[in-house]
Amino acid sequence: MSGWRRKDLLTIADLSSDEIELILETAESFREVSRRPVKKVPTLRGKTVVNLFFEPSTRTRSSFEIAEKRLSADTINFSAGSSGLVKGEGLVDTALNLQAMNPDLIVIRHAHPGVPQLLAGRIAAGVINAGDGAHEHPTQALLDALTIRQHKKRIEGLKIGIVGDIEHSRVVRSNIHLLTKMGASVTVGGPRTMMPAGLGKMGVVVAHDLEAAIDGADVIMMLRVQMERQSRARFPSVREYFNLFGLTRERLKAAKRGAIILHPGPMNRGVEIASDVADGPYSVILEQVANGVAVRMAVLYLLSGVRAEEA
Amino acid sequence: MRLLIQGGRLVDPSQKRDGRFDLLIEDGRVKKVAESIALPRGAEVLDVSDLVVVPGLIDMHVHLREPGQEYKETVETGTRAAAAGGFTAVACMPNTDPVNDNRSVSERIIGEAEKYGLARVYPIGAVSKGQRGEELAEVGDMVAGGVVGLSDDGFPVGSSELMRRALEYSRHFDLAVIQHAEDLTLGPDGVMHEGEYSTRLGLPGLPGAAEDIMVARDIVLQQDCGGRYHVAHLSTERSLELVRQAKTRGQSVTCEVTPHHLLLTDEEILSSNLSTDTKMKPPLRSEQDRRALLDGLVDGTVDVIASDHAPHHADEKDVEFSLAPFGIVGLETTVSLCLDRLVRPGLISLARLVELLSATPARILGVDGGSLAEGSRADVSLLALDRQVTVNPRKFRGKSRNTPFGGWKLRGRPAGTLLAGRRVEP
Repeated sequence: MSGWRRKDLLTIADLSSDEIELILETAESFREVSRRPVKKVPTLRGKTVVNLFFEPSTRTRSSFEIAEKRLSADTINFSAGSSGLVKGEGLVDTALNLQAMNPDLIVIRHAHPGVPQLLAGRIAAGVINAGDGAHEHPTQALLDALTIRQHKKRIEGLKIGIVGDIEHSRVVRSNIHLLTKMGASVTVGGPRTMMPAGLGKMGVVVAHDLEAAIDGADVIMMLRVQMERQSRARFPSVREYFNLFGLTRERLKAAKRGAIILHPGPMNRGVEIASDVADGPYSVILEQVANGVAVRMAVLYLLSGVRAEEA
Repeated sequence: MRLLIQGGRLVDPSQKRDGRFDLLIEDGRVKKVAESIALPRGAEVLDVSDLVVVPGLIDMHVHLREPGQEYKETVETGTRAAAAGGFTAVACMPNTDPVNDNRSVSERIIGEAEKYGLARVYPIGAVSKGQRGEELAEVGDMVAGGVVGLSDDGFPVGSSELMRRALEYSRHFDLAVIQHAEDLTLGPDGVMHEGEYSTRLGLPGLPGAAEDIMVARDIVLQQDCGGRYHVAHLSTERSLELVRQAKTRGQSVTCEVTPHHLLLTDEEILSSNLSTDTKMKPPLRSEQDRRALLDGLVDGTVDVIASDHAPHHADEKDVEFSLAPFGIVGLETTVSLCLDRLVRPGLISLARLVELLSATPARILGVDGGSLAEGSRADVSLLALDRQVTVNPRKFRGKSRNTPFGGWKLRGRPAGTLLAGRRVEP
């Protein structure tokens, strides 16, 4: 397999299926590190990684930080509350200041699409997109793919149903790119008020009820209803959302037997997913979290430019 | 003071002229137009044998930013850009600080323009006081101060009540009401056209319907109130169709389109990797919209090409796409873009371009211009159809560089202007 050549991981849309494959293979090999009694390898010793989170995040930020620490990198965390933004500093100046401290990698989460690209064009450090607005969240799609492969042994040919607030979801965009590149057939569904224009042009089937979206699916991905965005007439109430689009055991019958259920978290129990489904035998939600660390270790490792024999 | 403009190709649709003509200019006016004019004693000669001579071009939609935002543009730099771009006149929108909603601001803008003498500046007065969309500005007083049209551009006239009063009141002065057509309640957070590419990029969309709804409403009001209604920077297929239908009914409805809406689409935002120089209002639309605008240009539904020259400082544009201000500059690219992309492929004739950029804007604004008939004021633009240019924003005379056309190689460029027979040095 060819080596990794990119300075940055900005979008799944940019990646080839070979590059996706390389990240997944690398992640497989890093899973084992997290099971050791001493969960640390010296791979990124002497490297500095900045976690720059302009949006609140618990799981993604801690997942990256754990991955960095297990690779022995020196990590620094900036969050919106402590950044220059509060003092009125613009993004480009923040980036130039960080660059002056010569970090090796910057992990960025930002509310606005395209910010990781903007940053990557200005600085020498590698940039990892940890979510930019409703645009992309590449490591989430990669950890989802890793999880799917562990259970289904492949991605090609699988039928995957994704349900929820499609318009506001960066997870769904990265997943659509990744899963279609890897040969899966993807159906997305949700209330019409949460389906963005021209979605069909992204190579997916668009459905408007939950049963149609998960009909015969090998994999079901439920998206978080972003309660903080629901002030603008997208659906009448949480109760009605659950009645129409919540995944229940009854509705699950539309999917293929043995279908696995993913959720990028954090979950709203009783809104998009019933508790007994979330905690049920086909839920792989916590495996996704574990795989997140392995995928992020793989990405950090590949971008750091360290050769395989040094790992 | 006499000047003989000799040997050029004169394209003047107002006189149905397209051919070799000499023009004799005397005391700032066109004294004589003939195939060959003997050089009168004491007259200067301007040899334009390799150039096209057209009535002075008018960009009826620009933002000069003065007063208040002189770090983006001033009347001086804006008119310098206009002259360099081949325009003898511009109409400037009132969204300055303070707003041009009163005679003193209008007079100041005209005074600044006269001080430098680079291009004529026709101020557009605000429809409403402070552009707040509540009560009518002092239109009569502004007209006395030189205002030639009304608009709240930058914002729409959102209130239907205000729009009908504006249409009614404008009739006392025969002014066009120029609408920035946008229903702000539809797609309230939008930063680009709503469609496939906004979905791909995860950016909030501005639906085409927000423009169409406003155009439709205004056409209904114009039908009841009369007045002259003009759609600024029209950008969608359906708005164009609404204007076409209104014209068929004989309504006094006109529209302008910008070069960027004729030449670029929303795909540009993705392919430019979210360059903020692809962000403007109305946003770059779909390919289907773009093709419809080109059709409208050909079939006559489109009345005017205007740049919507909207200078912004580099620091303001060098930010997150979602946070960048809307707008691009256009005064120094419009003529070359039109010559290379519209005239050269044969989409429209040079005569039609002169109508779009001179005769029709003059008529809509009710100003002198658009013709080089004998007796008319000698505002002249010269064009070099075969000269190659590569758009280089660093060489713009205007203060700002925010253009998506940097690096474009174009054939055809402006080659100078004359104001009342006097050569302008931009």
